[in-house]
Amino acid sequence: MLNNTVLTTADIQAKVKEFLAAHDPKETPRLDFLRARYDAGLAWVHYPEGRGGLGAPRALQTVTDKAFAAAGAPSNDPGIQVIGLGMAAPTILAFGSAEQQERWLRPLWTGEEIWCQLFSEPGAGSDLASLATRAERSDDGDWIVNGQKVWTSLAHQARWAILVARTDPDVPKHQGLSYFVCDMTDPGVDVRPLRQLTGEAEFNEVFLTDVRIPDSHRIAQVGEGWKVAQGTLMNERVAIGGAGIPREGGMIGLVARAWRQHPERRTPGLHDRLVRLWAEAEVARLAGLRLRQQLAAGQPGPEGSAAKVTFARLNQEISGLDVELAGADGLRYDDWSMRRPAHAEFLGRDPGFRYLRAKGNSIEGGTSEVLRNIIAERVLGLPSEPRVDKDVPWKDLPR
Amino acid sequence: MTAPTEAEVEAEEQAAADRAPDLLYSETETELRDSVRSLLAARAKPEDVLPRADGSNDTGPGADTALWHALAADLGCASLLVPEDDDGAGASFREAATVAEELGRWVAPVPYLGSAIVATLVLESAGDHRHLPELARGDVTAALAVGFETAPGAAYPLTTRVSGSRAGDGGTVRLRGQVRGVADALDADLLLVPADGVPHGLYVVGTGTGGVRRTPVTSLDMTRPLCDLEFDDAEARPIASGRAAADAFQLGLIAGAAGLAAEQLGIAEKCLEMTVAYVKERRQFARPIGSFQGLKHRLADLWVAITQARAAARYAAACLAEGDDDTPVAVALAKAQCGDIAVHAAEECVQMHGGIGFTWEHPAHLYLKRAKADSIGFGTSSQHRATLATLVNLPKS
Repeated sequence: MLNNTVLTTADIQAKVKEFLAAHDPKETPRLDFLRARYDAGLAWVHYPEGRGGLGAPRALQTVTDKAFAAAGAPSNDPGIQVIGLGMAAPTILAFGSAEQQERWLRPLWTGEEIWCQLFSEPGAGSDLASLATRAERSDDGDWIVNGQKVWTSLAHQARWAILVARTDPDVPKHQGLSYFVCDMTDPGVDVRPLRQLTGEAEFNEVFLTDVRIPDSHRIAQVGEGWKVAQGTLMNERVAIGGAGIPREGGMIGLVARAWRQHPERRTPGLHDRLVRLWAEAEVARLAGLRLRQQLAAGQPGPEGSAAKVTFARLNQEISGLDVELAGADGLRYDDWSMRRPAHAEFLGRDPGFRYLRAKGNSIEGGTSEVLRNIIAERVLGLPSEPRVDKDVPWKDLPR
Repeated sequence: MTAPTEAEVEAEEQAAADRAPDLLYSETETELRDSVRSLLAARAKPEDVLPRADGSNDTGPGADTALWHALAADLGCASLLVPEDDDGAGASFREAATVAEELGRWVAPVPYLGSAIVATLVLESAGDHRHLPELARGDVTAALAVGFETAPGAAYPLTTRVSGSRAGDGGTVRLRGQVRGVADALDADLLLVPADGVPHGLYVVGTGTGGVRRTPVTSLDMTRPLCDLEFDDAEARPIASGRAAADAFQLGLIAGAAGLAAEQLGIAEKCLEMTVAYVKERRQFARPIGSFQGLKHRLADLWVAITQARAAARYAAACLAEGDDDTPVAVALAKAQCGDIAVHAAEECVQMHGGIGFTWEHPAHLYLKRAKADSIGFGTSSQHRATLATLVNLPKS
């Protein structure tokens, strides 16, 4: 197909209809259906042809998903593939070779292979570029990786990981990093649950001991790891802050319902906080909607980082109010047992859980403080703080 | 029935979100903003606005008439909300809000909000078309005779009443009473006066006729000075009564609040821009002060807050433009959010400018005064949140 015309909603709907006629969702086995959907370019329609897409405008993804959902088509279960869909796939698409895209994108989209992310380390959180996991080239050309990663969601279920490791300790920290795809079934990969203050263990620690990675699993050039990781993290921020929900669809809806159900718990002070937060949450929802309209119109802006900072603050304040509003019930906790959820799930748990889990929102995916630095420097153009580590080889940095 | 899958829920939620109106600026709106900006950059610089506001150039406290004519007539901004049948542009509230936003950025001393937004919509709602062509041309300006602090939902004002004196010809009556603290009325040719009577009604009073006294108020906001009105058997032409008058009055207040929200967004943006430019330039401790995290984080927070305010202001404008049922919620949200953020931005602007920001010479105070006065105009944030609580069923007790 010549790709010189822009696809429209009607084109997409016609293509979905045609696809459904050939692949009855009731008859076709789930995985066959999903693979065929990918091959037809109806997976992520804004991706290029041959990579699960049609080079269509991003806005048409919603149209596509709606059409499939309406037909009762099987889902690729995106909930468990947040890292893969939100971070690994855009990175592989932007920086990976044709062979790498060919190998990884289809089973990623269908959910056959789960992905996780090996970035943060005990000694490298906000200062990710200072990370110490080493990748050394062996005589046969493979990379041998040693180090410890942390805060890895889905590591215990993942087949692949995106990994940033230090390939050159003799140059300043940003320059000595490279980006790899790590096979999580390698015998040198040891995954241990990391229990968080909620009682659950959504995350893991991952110990890497002489893990062998073929050079064909390196993404972009040696030394370009930081540039690639930056792209990945920007996607993460959009993924965390950008979901579309109806009014009262988020956490504020739970508090509003509790308020309506319990007149006996109402006080003027709580009412003032509730209405302020309701207004802020609704405005944040509209701002998220506006952000998606910008993306759909091909005017991506830096507002994604604003959405993330706002989402974190509001989740924390709203869940804090929720616990207080619960009064005596706020003193009880639903479950301290070490569960292993695939991702954060706020709904379906008690206010106490939401309050505790929300504390992570301003830390994960870039602390709110680091995001403020980024906004100040990249959006507002303010000068950076004097840097003591900028031109110093990584191996000479104080640790 | 089986539970919906995650994809179905997502698609459903997406559909609900997709029903919301366009919150971006259209090409027309962007062009309109650019032309207003060029005009104001040439004619409403701080060195133009300040001497007028403080009286040092002997022009008196009111609007900048020359600037108003350039804005209203040359650029056609006064005609935006006037229907085409009345020689107007027949544009929507979105365009009018875009102009208000830009005017806020310059604290421009023109009666746009009072005349081209509030009074225009009140006359249209009341079905009185006599003055709309003149208003569209900007030859005449009008003001709704209510205190600037009046919030949507306020009771119909009864401080002015139809007097027993002999009425004039053509069905006119005489009004007596007082209204305190009216915005954009000092230079207005017409006053739209809600007054008590049987039934209560809405009247047009020419400021050139006898029995109308306007007393300038020394106002907190030096760039939108208020005046007190007194009617002493002023001749008035009735244009609506009962329900129609009440509806027109409420629409004026709602439109005023939404127009102010747009203006407040403009104020906040300009305060952030001025401050960012200043902290990049100002050096202390051998560094630009903008490199200190203590300032950077506050400016980043302000930028974040403005991204939120913009969504709220745009949503209110879009709802008004489309006559959306959600308009009361949208306007209460926008006025509450934008009001707080504009004041915060102006306060940060003064603080981060340090000593120079505390002087009369620097324009920061004009923004602070405008922002603070605007936070009361057409209802405080707290009043709008109370309205919101009622509208969305979050009862106080």
